[in-house]
Order: sequence, then structure tokens, then C-alpha cells
Amino acid sequence: MVNFELDEEQQLIRDTVASFARDEIRPRAREADEKGQIPADLIEKGWSLGLVQSIVPEQFGGAGSSRSAITGAVIAEELAYGDLAIAMHLLAPRLVAVPVLELGTDALRRSVLPRFCGERFEPASAAVMEPRMDFDAMAPALTLRRDGNSYALSGEKCFVPVGNEARQFLVLASLVNGIEAPHPRALLIDRETPGLVIGERERNMGLKALVTTRLAFDDCRVSEDKLLQGGHAGIMRLASLWRVAQSAMAVGVAHAAFDYAREYAKERRAFGQAIAQKQAIAFMLADMAMEVDAMRLLTWEAAWKLDRNEDATREAHLAKRYTADMALKITDNAVQVLGGHGYIRDHLVELFLRNARSFAMLEGLAIA
Amino acid sequence: MIDYELSSDLAATREQLHMVAKHAMRPIARDYDEREHETPWDFINMMWQLSKNSGVGPGRESRDRTEPRMEERNLRTCIAVEELSWGDAGLYLAMAGPGLGGAAVMAAGTPEQKERFLSRFKGDKPVWSAMAITEPAAGSDSAAIQTTAVRDGDHWVLNGTKIFCTSGLMAGDPSKSNGFVVVWATVDRSAGRAGIKSFIVDAGTPGMTVAKCEDKMGIRASDTAMLVFEDCRIPLDHILGSPDVPKTSEGFKGVMATFDATRPIVAASAIGVGRAALDFLREELTRQNIPIRYGMAVHNLSVIERDFMDMEANLQAARLLTWRAAWMMDRGQKNNLEASMAKAKAGLVVTQVTQKAVEILGPLGYSRDTLLEKWMRDAKINDIFEGTQQINMLIIARRILGYSSKELS
Ligand SMILES: Cc1cc2nc3c(=O)[nH]c(=O)nc-3n(C[C@H](O)[C@H](O)[C@H](O)COP(=O)(O)OP(=O)(O)OC[C@H]3O[C@@H](n4cnc5c(N)ncnc54)[C@H](O)[C@@H]3O)c2cc1C
Repeated sequence: MVNFELDEEQQLIRDTVASFARDEIRPRAREADEKGQIPADLIEKGWSLGLVQSIVPEQFGGAGSSRSAITGAVIAEELAYGDLAIAMHLLAPRLVAVPVLELGTDALRRSVLPRFCGERFEPASAAVMEPRMDFDAMAPALTLRRDGNSYALSGEKCFVPVGNEARQFLVLASLVNGIEAPHPRALLIDRETPGLVIGERERNMGLKALVTTRLAFDDCRVSEDKLLQGGHAGIMRLASLWRVAQSAMAVGVAHAAFDYAREYAKERRAFGQAIAQKQAIAFMLADMAMEVDAMRLLTWEAAWKLDRNEDATREAHLAKRYTADMALKITDNAVQVLGGHGYIRDHLVELFLRNARSFAMLEGLAIA
Repeated sequence: MIDYELSSDLAATREQLHMVAKHAMRPIARDYDEREHETPWDFINMMWQLSKNSGVGPGRESRDRTEPRMEERNLRTCIAVEELSWGDAGLYLAMAGPGLGGAAVMAAGTPEQKERFLSRFKGDKPVWSAMAITEPAAGSDSAAIQTTAVRDGDHWVLNGTKIFCTSGLMAGDPSKSNGFVVVWATVDRSAGRAGIKSFIVDAGTPGMTVAKCEDKMGIRASDTAMLVFEDCRIPLDHILGSPDVPKTSEGFKGVMATFDATRPIVAASAIGVGRAALDFLREELTRQNIPIRYGMAVHNLSVIERDFMDMEANLQAARLLTWRAAWMMDRGQKNNLEASMAKAKAGLVVTQVTQKAVEILGPLGYSRDTLLEKWMRDAKINDIFEGTQQINMLIIARRILGYSSKELS
């Protein structure tokens, strides 16, 4: 029966995360962007919210609350409302925890998941994207070659969040031998693996507070037990899960831009009126409000399908496209509402716009 | 708890009406588009009977609407209307039932009035009601209407001209049905909005004439009438709600509340048309071996795939906004903002989706041999009636900014 209301637990989580994002993250977003660094105490505080531990089953040391993609989307949206880069950093450990939880062998779960239940932030990440214009997550150029009892990885990844610190990476590669046609596989790799070179920090237009790096793989050896299970459906599920999280983050950024622009437009006066009283401005704001809701409803639909263990490839794909386009349009309009002032770094809207430009290209930067 | 799945009851309604749409509406859709001003009596009678006998159909929807707190009442209506409009929006609008007039009675009438005016929809013969707000000099600015209602002893006397009244002919002409028209008129021009009241005028009331039926771009199976009121006398208790003119514009808000219920329905109708176009486009693309590949990187998608996905996502966004607005109403929540969001989004999306579908299919789309070009013509009305795109944006803007209609006009 159709229902658009979060359950009580989800509402509680939303409220908790929302106040953290508004009270703790937002005030430090500008400085983090300028310095290219997220304050360590903020990361630890974020960690203590238990957003990662909570999804780890009790047997592996976690809180074991039942994981839901909708809850994941709610968390991602609220954190991103505070700041996208900080949200991505705080949630990066999930990029390993969730896939292992869902698709790892028991042995892998036992060895990996307890790490995410400690007192301190456990840096982990995913290496999904590649430095090419036509990168396709479902056909990575990073090759995975079977060689006796182990596998060898060769190629390059980019835009790996927290790449400077992550102790483990989820990697997406194409298995190229021993099968009919290459197909993507997901696996875990340790930072210390010989042949893995962590590149320099990347310099991006936005998300400047988030450290992203390249990774170069030169015949890196990985044992079979590091491969995730689930076949093609498993990969598609991972892709859908991260598209849902990124869509939710797009909602958060768009919502942040809308709120900012609305408050400004009610204060700023021109021609004897608040600019919000001019239709050209008011209609932009109305459109933002409407689209933020539409974005969220589409995102939740994809998440809901994932929670029912159904294939959500189509829904997640459409949600990702839609939210990426809309987040860009909304943040752009937010800059427009502020006029010249929007272009100045005293205001956050230019940061929202720079960050929002990333959504269309991102794959595997967050997971629900 | 978040749930996007229709209850089995609503899913069954949808399935049944889909059959109706496919087998009873599609085959005659072109015909009634080309033979404008002819009434599709067979279809109308069939739907009336169907709803009486089996409990499906819009007759049931509308009758249910007269029952105060049925679970999922508004959502059910939206589901039904989407399906019927997928069949044909013109025929859907032409169907008998309480329609917009009934919605007005539900929103502004007293319990006694609801019983009195809505019981006629339970009879054997099809009955229509209509809603007459728009005038030659007052459309979007509905508070500027000129039609007057003057009290004269035991009667109200109406004078004025209403235009563009959907089903005005079927509801107002006694040879068509024992229907009624809900007419907006002012009892006190100096009071502005507060002076505007709605009145029930029965079909055949002396002084009300159906002056003409418009020729239109689309939804041609549905009549759009001009109604002229010349010293039209109606009983005192035909005023909906209280006759008092309040100091504030509360009363006007009351009549405007009708739209919170009807805008999601218009949005649902729009979505039905958009879905028809999208389904058709998908079938054509499949026939020509053009796949829609979800999950692929955008660089590897064709322009058509991208267009198609955008259309699909937009349509679904509109549908979800619509469901939400109806769902809120079913829970007794205020949905003024959400109803306008649904209407604004759906009206625009369906206009764009149908136009794009015609573009993509080229001469196939432009041809009158298929229904797509008709759907494009039908679609456009959804961006105009029940508040234009701009008026709905205005309502959203006022809500989110906390402005009155004076502060933002
Ligand atoms: C087929 C059909 C069926 C209809 N059925 C009914 C019915 O059953 N009952 C009924 O009462 N009416 C009905 N209408 C009338 C319909 O609701 C009006 O046409 C509509 O509200 C717009 O009014 P208008 O045509 O006078 O346009 P106008 O109000 O003159 O508007 C013209 C343009 O100006 C824009 N505009 C107006 N005011 C503003 C503003 N403040 N800010 C920004 N832009 C503005 C409008 O959006 C529009 O684009 C029907 C119309 C049609 C075509």
C-alpha cells in the first residue's frame, strides 16, 4: 500500500544526522573546501554517529541494525545537505563494508567487517572510476587476469576518495581470461599490496575538501577469496546501491542550494521589494522546491526496490540521471538568485554548484 | 514505512480499467476526435452501467468520492484516471459523473447539501455536473469574476457569462442529463475575494443557456461550453456553504480548496496521456531494434536513448508527486503545496513528452494514422486548465516563501 512516510526509526536517524549536518558540518564546509582538508575532530565525531558500525551484524562486532537502502539514502542526503565532500569522506568506509556485507564470502566478512566496528574512523574506499572520458562502470578497462590460484590486476583508477588513507579498496575490474567475454568483477585489495601505487592527490573543481587520488595497478596479485560473489546481478546491485546514494546526495546538495537561495531572496531587496517577490525569482525557487521533492521520490523508489531485493538497474539509472541534471540546474539557479554575490566565495552557492557538477560523472563514490 | 506498491485493491482497479481503456476507448478515440461535438453515448452508457454493476469504473470512483472516509479514495481516483486517460483523455473527460462540480460540493457543501446534490449520481441514467468559474474577462485571476448573485426573497438571481466550462453542455442542458453546474458568482463586489460564493444551478433552470460549445485543438470528445446567465433564479439553499460574507477571504479559501483535490486528478490524467505516448514510442523503437539500455555509461547511449530516459524519469517524477499529493489527502493532511507541485510538473512534463515523442518518430509521429499526434494535442490542456503552469508555480512560490497573494502576484 502506497506510503511516502519514513518509519519511526528512519525519522529518528534522519533527525540525528540532519542536526549533525547542520550544526557541525555546515559551519566548517567553506573552510574545509578552501584548505582542502576536513578537520580530524569532525571526522571522528561523524564516525561516532555509528553510520558505518550500525550496519555491521552483531556477530562481526557491529550494532546489527537491519540495513536498508532507504535508510542509507536518508543518511546520504542529510549529510550531503551539510557538505558533499565531508559527507563522502564520512561515508567512504561503507564503500567496502556494504559490498562485503552483501557479496563477500563468510571468510571475507569475518576478516573485514570487524574493522569497521572500532572507536576510530576506519578509512576505506572504492576504486571504480577511470581517467577516460568514456568510462563505463560496467566495462572497466582495469584488467583482472586469472593466473593459477590467484589473480593479477593491471591498469589505472581515478577519483578514489580518501585514497591517501584508505587501508582497503573495493576495486571494479574486467575479468578478461577464462571466460567468453570480459565482464566486471568486484574485489578487495589491501593498500599494501605490491604493485599498487597510490597516486598524487587529484586537483578538482569541486569536492575540494575530499582527498581523491589515482591508483595504478602494476600486476597486483590478489587471492581468490578477495573476489566478491553474486555474479553480474551482484555487480548491478552494487552499481544501483551507489547510484542511489549519489542520487540521495544530489538531493541533499540541491536542497541546501534551494534553502540558501530562498532565505537570501527574501532578504535581498531590489526595486523596492524583496527579490523573491519577483516572479522570475519566485518561479525559480518554486521549481527548485518541486524538483527537490521529485528527486527524492525517484531516489527512494530505487532504494525501495533494492530493499525488496529486486533488480533496480532501471530505477537507479533513471534516478541518477535525473538527480544529477536537476542538482546542477538547481545549484546554478541558486547562484543566479544571488546574482554577483553568488559568484563570490563569501557565499556557499558557488561551492554547491561546483560540487553538483560532479554527480553526472560519478560512479562508486558512495553507497546506500 | 516507505512503500511504492499499490495495494491489491488499487492494483485490481488499475487492471480492470486498463482493459476498459484498451478495448473500449482506444478503438473509438480517433473517431470522436474527428467528429467533434458528437456525444459518445454508447461509451458513456456502457461506463455508467459498468460502474453500477461491477463496481469498477469512474462511476465507482466518483460515487466513492461521495463517501467521506474511504481508505485511499484520492489515490484510487488518480490511479483510475491515469488508466482511463491512457485510453483516451477526451473520452475520459466526457464521461458522466460528479466530476469537478461534485468535487466542489464535496469541498464546500454542508453534509445535507452533499446528500441532496450527490445522490442523483446513484441513478440509472448518466448524470453530469460541471464547474463554471472562468469568464471572458477572468481566467487565471478567478477572484476578478463579474458574475453576480443577488438575493431576492427566497432566491438568488444570477447574471453573467461563463466560458470554457467542461461538460457544461451535458450538465446544463436538461435534454442531456439531470445534472447541475456549480457557478462562481460574487454576492458583494466590494468585498473582493470574500464575496465570491459558489451556487448550484440545476440543468434546465430558466435563465441559464448553453450558448455555444468551443472547437478545440484536442480533447474534442469533451464539450467545453459557454453558459449565459440572465436573471437565473435559484433557491436560497443552493449556495454552497454559508451565505455570510466574512471580513477575511476565508470563504474564498474554501472554494479554492476544491483544487487541492482536483489538481492531482488533472495531473493523473496528464500522466495517462504521457504514458500512452511513451508506451507507443517504446513499441516503435523495439520494432526498429533500437534498445533502451539502462545502466550504461551516458557516453555510450544514443540520443534517442537519452531522450527516452529523460522522458521516462520526468513522467515517473510527475507520477510520484501526484501519488504523494493524493496520498496526503487520503491521510487528511493539507496538500495545497503538493497538489500544485503535482499539477505543475505533470502538465509540463506531459506536454514535453508528447511533443518529443512526435519529434522522435518523425513523419510516423506527425501522421493522423496513429494516435500519437492526438495525444500531443490532448496533452497540452493539462498545462492550462485547473490553474495554468504559471498559476501553479505561483501557488508553490507563495507557499514556500510564506507570501500572501498580495505579496506575490
Ligand atoms: C478545454 C478547456 C476546458 C476548461 N474547463 C474549465 C472548466 O470546466 N471550468 C472553468 O471554470 N474553467 C475551465 N477552463 C478555463 C481554464 O481554467 C482557463 O483557461 C485558465 O484558468 C486560464 O485562464 P485564461 O484562459 O483566461 O488565461 P489568462 O488568465 O488570460 O492567462 C494567459 C496567460 O497569462 C498567464 N498568467 C496569468 N496570470 C498570471 C500571473 N499572475 N503570473 C504569471 N502568469 C500569469 C497564464 O499562465 C497564461 O499563460 C477550461 C479551459 C479549456 C481550454
